[in-house]
Amino acid sequence: MKVKGKVFRYQNNVDTDVIIPARYLNTSDPKELAAHCMEDIDPDFVKNVKPGDIIVADRNFGCGSSREHAPIAIKASGISCVIASTFARIFYRNAINIGLPILECEQAVKGIEAGDEVEVDFDAGIIRNLTKGTAFKARPFPEFMKKIMAADGLVNYIRDKYKDN
Amino acid sequence: MGMTMTQKILAAHAGLDKVEPGQLVEADLDLVLGNDITAPVAIREFQKMGANKVYDKSKVALVLDHFTPNKDIKAAEQCRFVREFAQRMGVENFFDVGEMGIEHCLLPEKGLVGPGDLVIGADSHTCTYGALGAFSTGVGSTDMGAGMATGKCWFKVPTAIKFVLRGKPSGWVSGKDIILHIIGMIGVDGALYKSMEFMGEGLQNISMDGRFTMANMAIEAGAKNGIFMVDEKTMEYARAHSKKPWKAYEPDDDAVYDEAYEIDLSKIRPTIAFPHLPDNTRTIDEAGDVEIHQVVIGSCTNGRLEDLRVAAKILKGRKVRRGVRVIIFPGTQKVYLDALKEGLIEQFIEAGAVVSTPTCGPCLGGHMGILGKGERAVSTTNRNFVGRMGHTESEVYLASPAVAAASAVTGRITDPDTLLKAD
Ligand code: SF4
Repeated sequence: MKVKGKVFRYQNNVDTDVIIPARYLNTSDPKELAAHCMEDIDPDFVKNVKPGDIIVADRNFGCGSSREHAPIAIKASGISCVIASTFARIFYRNAINIGLPILECEQAVKGIEAGDEVEVDFDAGIIRNLTKGTAFKARPFPEFMKKIMAADGLVNYIRDKYKDN
Repeated sequence: MGMTMTQKILAAHAGLDKVEPGQLVEADLDLVLGNDITAPVAIREFQKMGANKVYDKSKVALVLDHFTPNKDIKAAEQCRFVREFAQRMGVENFFDVGEMGIEHCLLPEKGLVGPGDLVIGADSHTCTYGALGAFSTGVGSTDMGAGMATGKCWFKVPTAIKFVLRGKPSGWVSGKDIILHIIGMIGVDGALYKSMEFMGEGLQNISMDGRFTMANMAIEAGAKNGIFMVDEKTMEYARAHSKKPWKAYEPDDDAVYDEAYEIDLSKIRPTIAFPHLPDNTRTIDEAGDVEIHQVVIGSCTNGRLEDLRVAAKILKGRKVRRGVRVIIFPGTQKVYLDALKEGLIEQFIEAGAVVSTPTCGPCLGGHMGILGKGERAVSTTNRNFVGRMGHTESEVYLASPAVAAASAVTGRITDPDTLLKAD
């Protein structure tokens, strides 16, 4: 599994309130959520994001409330992967459970700037900065994690397993 | 690089020889827990997954403890939903009014958790079972639903902080004071995502009930789990409560810890967490003059027999101060009955306290003792966030059963030693 896209670069402590402001939580429709994704930190995000693009941020990405709406909004906006130095624990679980690929890799975060073209190979755990011609090693996804991502989240992954049997 | 206790349990349940911090593993679960608030959401996720049976009828525990006996129609409907699911699925460990207790007091007492087990629960205080040398942690309802369906959950392997305990606590100092002292020292995010691992010769001076109290509050320091090294006391407890096979895991000699603290238990004083965070701690000597209106003794933190014994020792033959409401809620039916047989309940009632059936009740501002505006409570529970026990302008002071009982007599935060000397 590989993804490629342009980088949106953010700093420390991007919280769930700026990822999707609470005033829009009266819906759980991914498209509607995506229309307001990152609105309070980066009003141009929604205008500029293209399918496959990648978010790169420093420490503690996704801190704040436990709302699953946050990773859902990011995923529905077309973002293919979030790379951060560290993630808040509940955001981490929620992202994987809804099928948004995320990676922790401090070196990569340091070596990537806004607008860089980046490619991520989840099987090998390699993050390539194509603009700068550099590469970084992250931990590859284990087999079960790739399956959860391929199935678009934990609920579907388990449903597919039942269908197979 | 050696492994910590937590890492060893995760490795064993993931079928791996070795794991490293940060690694993602899929591990087999020994028990999946939910309550009347979280289970309904998890059951809906379980149904969305297309599951039609639980992975093991003996390894799912559903405890109706938060808003029970049903405090209103909504609570009744949530309980009914869980009850019907439990019946349909043949869940063996379903605990309803009459046999239930507060989940984290109940499961160890029933022998459903033992040393070396891996447990998830859709409740943040699931970390309580670390007292037995188990890995247990709180998860979301989706994880609980998946856990019930598949018997598996994924984890990111945590790093750990080591607490080496030495010496013996003095006087009224209990597990509650020790853990409040530690949280005050490292802060509410001091152990974020990490394991807190407790070891050292001082352990032998802390009872099992005291260890449950300590492990229970690991989450209050942000920890993923808290875990105690297994010793004679743990094994005795495991033998007395369970026939399940169990295993003691010790950290490798070269296990890597992010930080290590040595704690001299003999130096710890009775400790109180002032509003509105569990790390806002002061010793009883620094507490000052704080007038109170309510005292709550119980909860998954301090609702065990030893806690009630301590409270009774202080309340026996004394009277609760007029104007102070004292509510005692035993953790389980068994604790209640044992307390009754020992004459503790009679002592509480004669002192002017009320004794409630086991329930989470006032701990989360649910029912059975909500605070009004401007009211202050000394409580043996685990959280004192804004509005936790009622009105947003009420205050909760977290303390041990001894300090809570002494404060009930005087109507102000009181050192049990001072009270006893005054007699
Ligand atoms: S007693 Fe309080 S902390 Fe414990 S499970 Fe109940 S509500 Fe949660």
